[in-house]
Amino acid sequence: MQKSLHINPDKCTGCLQCEMACSFENYGTFNTAKSRIKVFDFHQTGRKVPYTCTQCDEAWCLHACPVEAIKLDAVTGAKVVLDDVCVGCKVCTIACPFGTVNYVHDTGKVQKCDLCGGEPACAESCPTGAITYVDADWTGLDRMKQWADKLGNQPSAA
Amino acid sequence: MAWAGKILRVDLTKGTCTSEPLRMDWAKQYLGQRGLATKYFVEEVDPKVDPLSPANKIIWATGPLTGTMASTGGRYSVITKGPLTGAIAASNSGGYWGAELKMAGWDMVIFEGRSAKPVYLSVVDDKAELRDAAHLWGKTVWQTEEILKKEAQDPLTRVSSIGRSGENGVLFACIVNDLHRAAGRSGVGAVAGSKNLKAIAVRGTRGVGNIHNPKEFMKVTREKKKILHDHPVTGQGLPTYGTQVLMNVINETGALPTRNGRDVQFEGASKIGAEAMAEKRPTDGKSQLVTNQACFGCTIACGRISKIDETHFSVVNKPEYWGATGGLEYEAAWALGAATGINDIEALQYANMLCNEDGYDPITFGSTVGAAMELYELGLITKEKTGGIELKFGSAEALCKVAELVSRGEGFGKEIGLGSKRLCTKYGKPELSMSVKGQEFPAYDPRGIQGMGLTYATSNRGACHLRSYTVASEILGIPVKTDPLVTEGKPELVKAFQDATAAFDSSGICVFTTFAWTVADLAPQVAAACGDEFTLENLNLIGERIWNMERDFNNKAGFTRKDDDLPARLKTEAAKTGPAKGLTSGIDKMIPEYYQARGWDTDGRLTAETRSRLGL
Repeated sequence: MQKSLHINPDKCTGCLQCEMACSFENYGTFNTAKSRIKVFDFHQTGRKVPYTCTQCDEAWCLHACPVEAIKLDAVTGAKVVLDDVCVGCKVCTIACPFGTVNYVHDTGKVQKCDLCGGEPACAESCPTGAITYVDADWTGLDRMKQWADKLGNQPSAA
Repeated sequence: MAWAGKILRVDLTKGTCTSEPLRMDWAKQYLGQRGLATKYFVEEVDPKVDPLSPANKIIWATGPLTGTMASTGGRYSVITKGPLTGAIAASNSGGYWGAELKMAGWDMVIFEGRSAKPVYLSVVDDKAELRDAAHLWGKTVWQTEEILKKEAQDPLTRVSSIGRSGENGVLFACIVNDLHRAAGRSGVGAVAGSKNLKAIAVRGTRGVGNIHNPKEFMKVTREKKKILHDHPVTGQGLPTYGTQVLMNVINETGALPTRNGRDVQFEGASKIGAEAMAEKRPTDGKSQLVTNQACFGCTIACGRISKIDETHFSVVNKPEYWGATGGLEYEAAWALGAATGINDIEALQYANMLCNEDGYDPITFGSTVGAAMELYELGLITKEKTGGIELKFGSAEALCKVAELVSRGEGFGKEIGLGSKRLCTKYGKPELSMSVKGQEFPAYDPRGIQGMGLTYATSNRGACHLRSYTVASEILGIPVKTDPLVTEGKPELVKAFQDATAAFDSSGICVFTTFAWTVADLAPQVAAACGDEFTLENLNLIGERIWNMERDFNNKAGFTRKDDDLPARLKTEAAKTGPAKGLTSGIDKMIPEYYQARGWDTDGRLTAETRSRLGL
């Protein structure tokens, strides 16, 4: 079974523990500026929305890379940047329609979510379940269940 | 070791910024944030200094756990000598600003002197410089944040600033960050204003590393997060209802100071509490409460995000106030509501927004309005004096108008800006100020919760609930239930809470975790981050050392036994209703026992033995 990150903004409180966990996993420091997942705070509405790579099947970044530095991890389905191949040309950052692959000035390479090899630190650290790592074919299961529950509580039509 | 190891010293008179290594010997004795910054402060500043003079200093300080994975690890404190009290002031704030400063690579920023013209400090990682703030002077906190983010061309810049009240010398002006988180009490914003310092804009991209034992730190912080998550207060009560969960509880306890302390129960309490915030309004079918919000790294998420009723008289034709913003917390709702006898929750939200927008403390503000209302009803403040405002208990219109005047620094707002002690003294009734050491006490009446009387009387920054929140024990039974109506055992309880809180306030962690955690939960997190010597015993000792250091400063500033007292009303006018009916505060009995528990002499001064035991 392949899994994917599933985001439910309704549950996000804006605590940024996902950003800290991501940077710690990849750089060994707590540094939200280096996180591959970002939480956006729309303060006029009170909404907070975590956003990161959704690992497209036909990934624009992967196809655009001139040196084949972005590879498919067949186990997790993640599109992974190979640091020793990446030349920092940033073409992938132009190709990605969602902005989730970005250049890192310090390293001269690009970075994007690689699902932490199958144990994403962001989901593990999220205290509210706004970010979960679930069966990729059934990301809608929880929402279906909510509505099913509503239906189940209706008086019988008989 | 979790500290950045570096402090920034800004000389506002000369306009210079210099980097210094952190005194690690002091960090080991005073941890960080409140404790460590106070150590720097007492070493460098004359206790007799005029708080609003250039000789006073003001420090923004993070803790070792600020900007780390430890839950709630986003706190910073502002330390100075407070203009409202003349005592040591340490005000604590959440939001995201503290973590940003730490991630830029600084433990604290010390400001000294006074700038000849308005300036703000820009910090981008290592690079720090003072910049002209002429265009920001006269702007609100909300405008200042927007302008500075635009100027930096970086929406992730975090801003800590003063509003117009800090510029105008309102003695209870705050320092506000992230629009509605505040270092709220003791007038720290007025000190910044007196130095012509408008704001600090920070962007940090270096991160917080240097963790003593990273693997253990991740493991232990995860375990402690689970405790917060599973606890009924931090896992359910606070995220769902916020601190407002207390309004009905404290009212039923008969400890909700009402109409400037005349009563201990408010008949309108249910209209201004958590349930009222969640109720759908008849006007628009929406509730005032929109959602809850966390500060940096927080598992609890007690913050309230609210929207005011657009049809309410206070905001008709003012769409700038219609968006979602920081909502009512318990202390603010009490001060703006119960202390003034006002049950219009939309008016309270409006006044609360103005407090955030222009940076002033809703506790002192609301309590001062309550005192002014009493003076008005006694005929001592006249309608001419208020500029036509009918300043009667219960008047929502009066509250909204007075808040607008304080924000703009106009008319009667200038008198309210003095705080209740100076206002009541001016009108010949100093005893009507519900304050200790010049700072107004918050939302717990010492007649109904006896331990809080001792908490207020002995708090080093003037009356305050956040120095030893014995409500946890006396009302909620955390960690053990004690009887709120008796004084027995309270001196020891208050001492233990004061010391523990000082340790939490110096670590970078929010004191709200203490509903579920004790120092025994904090210690392994500090130890994994900072070094194995930070055991439970050591943190308790550090907390006690910090408390005594603050006390010693206050003694040298001129505070004596007579300043550890409550307003006469609480000692002579018994509670009229509720479980505490017939009771007054037993403060006079508790003080000598407390001094003894502290190892102080009968005048409240540290004995030589206590000094040597604590290494002071």
